[in-house]
Amino acid sequence: MGLLNNLINKSRLKSPWVVHYDCGSCNGCDIEVLACLTPVYDLERFGIVNVGNPKHADVLLVTGTVNKRNKAVLKNIYDQMPEPKAVVAIGTCGMSGGMFRECYNVVGGVDKVIPVDVYVPGCPAKPEAIIDGVVKALELVKAKLEGKAPQSDAAPAEPAEGKPEEPKPEIDAA
Amino acid sequence: MSRTIIPFGPQHPVLPEPLHLKLVVEDEIVSEVIPNLGYVHRGLEMLSRVRDMHQMIYVVERVCGICSCLHALAYCHALEKLYGLEAPPRARYLRIIWGELHRMHSHLLWLGLYAESFGFESLFLAFWKVRERIMDIMEATAGNRVVISTNIIGGVRRDISPENLRWIMNEMDLVEKEFRQLMSTMLKDYTVESRTRGKGYLSKEDAYALGACGPTLRGSGWAIDSRMLEYDALKDFSFEPVVEHDGDSYARGVVRFKEVLQSIGIVRECISKIPDSELSVPVKGNPPAGEAWSNVEQPRGELLYYVKSDGTKNLPRVRIRTPTFANIPPLLVMLKGCELADVPVITLSIDPCISCTER
Repeated sequence: MGLLNNLINKSRLKSPWVVHYDCGSCNGCDIEVLACLTPVYDLERFGIVNVGNPKHADVLLVTGTVNKRNKAVLKNIYDQMPEPKAVVAIGTCGMSGGMFRECYNVVGGVDKVIPVDVYVPGCPAKPEAIIDGVVKALELVKAKLEGKAPQSDAAPAEPAEGKPEEPKPEIDAA
Repeated sequence: MSRTIIPFGPQHPVLPEPLHLKLVVEDEIVSEVIPNLGYVHRGLEMLSRVRDMHQMIYVVERVCGICSCLHALAYCHALEKLYGLEAPPRARYLRIIWGELHRMHSHLLWLGLYAESFGFESLFLAFWKVRERIMDIMEATAGNRVVISTNIIGGVRRDISPENLRWIMNEMDLVEKEFRQLMSTMLKDYTVESRTRGKGYLSKEDAYALGACGPTLRGSGWAIDSRMLEYDALKDFSFEPVVEHDGDSYARGVVRFKEVLQSIGIVRECISKIPDSELSVPVKGNPPAGEAWSNVEQPRGELLYYVKSDGTKNLPRVRIRTPTFANIPPLLVMLKGCELADVPVITLSIDPCISCTER
């Protein structure tokens, strides 16, 4: 079993699969995520493949702010992913809500709903930065495989309830 | 025959965005489609009461990252109408150059995603490789790849140097050469034709009655394009919209394919005729109370902005009407009676931009 586990762990790190979810982004970051897969940046040379099914994925790429409707979808996708997994929040919106943080339908950054491992700044984040973020996330997956970092399910970060809601400015509805 | 409801989205490998369609399926045939929107709704029209009108330019650019330049253009047109001023000649040319570059990158992006929707992955990569040349032009001239923030009220924020204009001319030749190499695959390949011809038919009458716009409308035989209103530098050129008459997914693909070539022509013409002048006219004070609207042609169709001012620095109302919103009723007609395997192709054939639709 040891040999088989070693093989599985090695292939996990050498060919990580990513699943991408657009969580209310303006498309700017989404098209940069897709641009990473195309000939100029070519993430596939690292064995990174974009898959549609979260059950096949190791890394979750989330772009955009979380709103009240897609909160449940995001949590659902995250829960379906097998351990060890890592989450990369892409763009200023994914980190904090960005320029939409005052909108009435916006909950805030991705970390209000699921624990986030790597934050990639930028509006929109550049493909180079996204590649860098995924590589950082893989280091974390490696640490989890070697038992140096806790599994995400074992120690959940404090989502929504733990943090106080940021007060939103009153917008006159007249 | 049993009825089954199959969810399409919100997380789906074909769609980069969360669109949710409930497909009522009888065997393999889609008999009814129920759209389910709201996954990207942020409510950014309300931000106009928090941000002042100059800051709002950056907000409206984030309505949609793919056609951000044209959103800012429409918003600036509306405010220029309120102020009663006009952008200087060089700014009007630069706006069209950046706008058409955005149209080219959006159409190339769509052509790639479209090829991927019927499983032609190498064609997807080929289109996106051509697109990177345009992204390089944006980065070199505006400093960012996607959201370029060049439009301001009364003109543009930055200039393109003569060396860069010459370089763009060269790049346009290369883009056209590489793009034409893909023409025979996109338009004549057996695989492409068999997956798109006759799929998602929209008749000429339906297209008009249901309020379709952009390439969806032009693919059904209507020569309607907001660029015929000759805003900015377009009044110095003759403009003929691209029209196809078949009304199926293939025709909509051809319209977008030809529009890329048309945009290359417009950029070349703009660069060869660009005049010298200052870049913007100064804007002083708050806009006078009143209302104004403007429309420009976005890659997906007609984009309409309505702004209302009460004489303060905040605008009490900004209303944005986006093309994909208008194209969803035609989509529901197209999907009725199609096979389940054709749903991704037909959905993509209207070029859905959900972040525009829901804002």
